[in-house]
Amino acid sequence: MIKNIKNVLGSLMLVELLKGMALTGRYFFARKITIQYPEECTPQSNRFRGLHALRRYPNGEERCIACKLCEAVCPALAITIESEQREDNTRRTTRYDIDLTKCIFCGLCEESCPVDSIVETRVFDYHGEQRGDLLYTKQMLLAVGDKHEKQIAADRAQDKKYR
Amino acid sequence: MSFLANFFGAYWPAVELTGWTLIKIIAIVLPLMGAIAYLTLAERKVIGYMQVRIGPNRVGYFGLLQPIADGVKLLFKEMILPSASNKGLFFLGPVLAIAPAFAAWAVIPFDATMVLANLDAGLLYILAMTSIAVYGVIIAGWASNSKYAFLGSLRSAAQIVSYEIAMGFALVGVLMCANSLNLGKIVMGQAGGFLHWYWLPLFPLFIVYFISAVAETNRAPFDVAEGESEIVAGFHVEYSGMAFALFFLAEYANIWLVCALATVMFFGGWLSPISALPDGIFWFFAKMGFFVFFFLWFRATFPRYRYDQIMRLGWKVFIPITIVWIVFIGGMMQTRWAYLFH
Repeated sequence: MIKNIKNVLGSLMLVELLKGMALTGRYFFARKITIQYPEECTPQSNRFRGLHALRRYPNGEERCIACKLCEAVCPALAITIESEQREDNTRRTTRYDIDLTKCIFCGLCEESCPVDSIVETRVFDYHGEQRGDLLYTKQMLLAVGDKHEKQIAADRAQDKKYR
Repeated sequence: MSFLANFFGAYWPAVELTGWTLIKIIAIVLPLMGAIAYLTLAERKVIGYMQVRIGPNRVGYFGLLQPIADGVKLLFKEMILPSASNKGLFFLGPVLAIAPAFAAWAVIPFDATMVLANLDAGLLYILAMTSIAVYGVIIAGWASNSKYAFLGSLRSAAQIVSYEIAMGFALVGVLMCANSLNLGKIVMGQAGGFLHWYWLPLFPLFIVYFISAVAETNRAPFDVAEGESEIVAGFHVEYSGMAFALFFLAEYANIWLVCALATVMFFGGWLSPISALPDGIFWFFAKMGFFVFFFLWFRATFPRYRYDQIMRLGWKVFIPITIVWIVFIGGMMQTRWAYLFH
């Protein structure tokens, strides 16, 4: 009985509604957590899995030995590799394509690579304007690697003892 | 001027009156349009702030050009006419929605002398105008020939009709206190500081009026007519481009209108809260803005009502409260405490 009266009075006085408004009213003055993206960025892990890259050794030789482990492990079947023997009798890729529209950025290719050739960089804000633009060929992947080699090497070095 | 007077001859007084009225109408409608446009920005900003975001800030400093960008975008968009719709009514709907929202401003007293039409039955005119707006929604929903639009318009019709009764009763309390239907006289009846405004003796009626006003304007938490999550966008689901924009403008024009009314009826219009400060139009705008902020605050806070709860609230809570309070006021006016209610 008394509880009922209390309930009716409470809802007539809009108690709970006012509590809700007090909450939103407090947040009105709270510090805003928006990250204004092009000017600001959220902090990134050194294990960030973004755009792929093919790395080279310091002497300019490409690392990839066309073992095709990444192609085999890729769950999305995004990687296509063709290989041939080069004149110096080493095995190298003639084709290394990653279809980024298929890729799920799981990082298994990077984990499987015995020579740290295929890696995922911190780059995440790339785009394509046409359908084929996100099919990255060997040349494009090597170019990404050349461009970000410093950052890639630093990230790998930081993570060394856990690998 | 004298050349024009000669040209029109005996018709000059009528022409002069028409001209001045037109100028006054423009002087009301243009700032109102601006207020509506920037209310959309204010809404996005306020709701953003309450959600710990910062809202639009890319178009112009602090996002100040955002409403203009939105307006231009909507103007250039195609108006799609559904092939199964009723063509004439389809375009009549948005017009009927926005025209009364502007027309009702004719009798709002901004200041002691600043009013377009000093009607003696101003309150009745307002109630009539706000009632017409529901036809815009109903016609739009029906003419679209879409089940979602139709459901939305049915909901809206039932909701607005229900809450209009409570709102009307709440205003009956005001006119009992003011002894007048003239909005200017209602304000003058509240002269003498904020303790003399009608919100104090009529507090329950003010609360009922304000919540009914939220329901009347189809705003959250009473926005079941739109109901994005269940009936996509309700009555204006088939509208695009400028026709959609008209509904949008009508909604925000109605927000300003009901807040202006709340100011005039319960919060002493242009009168200053403390008699030491001068009265003036800025008090009117300040109070109006204060109430409009509450509309945004509500939207940021409350989830949408269930439809049967809306009906229950309107019929079984608000109408009984208003009737009881009107009878109470009427009784008190016969006692020696009658001065409290004037």
